[in-house]
Amino acid sequence: MRSRSIYKVLPLVGPLLLYLIWSTAVSAKWVSATLLPSPQITLSYTAHVFFTGAIWADLWSTVQRTLYAFGWASVVGVPLGVILGSSPPVYKSLEFLIDFFRSTPSSALIPLFMLIFGITDLNKIAIAAFAAVLVIVFNSAYGVMNAKKTRVMAAKTMGISQFHIFKDILLMESLPQTFIGLRTGISLALVIVIVAEMFIGSESGLGHRIIDAQQVFNIKDMYSSILITGALGYVMNLIFMLVESRVIHWGGKV
Amino acid sequence: MMDSSAVPDLASSIKPKRNHVCIDNLSKSFNGDTLYQNFSLNIPKGHIISIFGPNGCGKSTLINMISGLMDFDAGQVLFDGKTLAQTKIGYVFQNYRDALFPWMNAWDNIAYPLKRMGMGQQKVKERVNSLIELFDIKFNLKLYPYELSGGQQQTISIMRALAPEPEVLFLDEPFSALDFEMTLFIRDKLQEANLKTEVTMLIVSHDLEDAVFLADQILLLTRRPTRIAALLDFDLKRPRKAESVSDPQFIAIKAKALEIFQKEMKA
Repeated sequence: MRSRSIYKVLPLVGPLLLYLIWSTAVSAKWVSATLLPSPQITLSYTAHVFFTGAIWADLWSTVQRTLYAFGWASVVGVPLGVILGSSPPVYKSLEFLIDFFRSTPSSALIPLFMLIFGITDLNKIAIAAFAAVLVIVFNSAYGVMNAKKTRVMAAKTMGISQFHIFKDILLMESLPQTFIGLRTGISLALVIVIVAEMFIGSESGLGHRIIDAQQVFNIKDMYSSILITGALGYVMNLIFMLVESRVIHWGGKV
Repeated sequence: MMDSSAVPDLASSIKPKRNHVCIDNLSKSFNGDTLYQNFSLNIPKGHIISIFGPNGCGKSTLINMISGLMDFDAGQVLFDGKTLAQTKIGYVFQNYRDALFPWMNAWDNIAYPLKRMGMGQQKVKERVNSLIELFDIKFNLKLYPYELSGGQQQTISIMRALAPEPEVLFLDEPFSALDFEMTLFIRDKLQEANLKTEVTMLIVSHDLEDAVFLADQILLLTRRPTRIAALLDFDLKRPRKAESVSDPQFIAIKAKALEIFQKEMKA
């Protein structure tokens, strides 16, 4: 009983520790207050931008861009991955390309995408989608390739058609791995969207807000925007995990 | 159990002798290493054949070739003169965990082959219910496979294999991952299913007692290249009970099978 209630509060230890170190660092003047405002100031400023609505426009454009990029990446990536995975020769032929571009930091391709798409919203979405699609393709393909052979054999002995083996068995088998790809994909998309908002002439978005605040030395705003960006990534991941545990109830249990 | 009449008893002891599964000159080699060469065998309708032999002699390979899970190099397998594609079969795997579909609950697992055959919803329900009755299922079939015990999972996979009313049921070491209690239960249920439906069964086993218990015929195989060492008839009357293992007839056939097996090991 006692140990269980202790376990419930354990996750709070980390954040509290960070808060303590942060506020000590400021009050003990380890760090200049012009470079790091105290956590109280930062947090109350963060609450302020939420209540005045100052943050909403930027937060919303970042969310929108990330979701667009992620949406496109999933719509293209999952079917492509499943097709590649169910045909080993095709996968083998493309394996190097996928691995190569998956290993290339997508931010290195930002200038290239600027040439193609110009300095537009589409550009930011395209580059983030590109980053996400590769990891989604790879994971979906991997999920199909590693499907338990016994289940496919079981379906064969039942006289199930090739199409239904694909739809009922292979696709379901690949889901846990596909979700890992999707979750990684949406995180990657957010990373690239933030970077793109900083450096590809943007008028909105959290990335734009962070770099703008830094340029005019609005240090409170910079820290609070960073915190909000972090929280956004965390919440997206959390939502994904919840959906995942609902959809793939058998994950890790077989 | 057998209170009202002796009819089922009689029916079971006089099984029809009509050939069902005809294996004709089957040949198979792996990387130039011959496993089977002109292997022929006829299995009568409704019989339970247990396949027993030394390690690596290809017991599972044999039923995998007959059931179409594995190609063979030459020969032919016919079921009542029909090809495999024209024949309904069922297959029970040793590893039930990898064979059941974890995204479906137990009920849906059993119903899956029926739904995919295009059977109507009402008919599917009736068929699954009759299997529930036959197997005397007391646990909740709304549970997912990973929420069930190993024995319950194997029971579900046997029910799923029997659902489409197959002509032949293949079982690859169905007991090897089960505890003794569950083995007794499933042996019992397989025997009942065989008596009720006349499904022909081919069981691969590495346990001599399991092999003998269910069998009408025990197929003993040699080392590679694999031939038939002996095909023993075993007509101890059915239904056989757990106590049947101490029946003199049971002990005698088990001893004989063991003797042949040991001779093959030395050869």
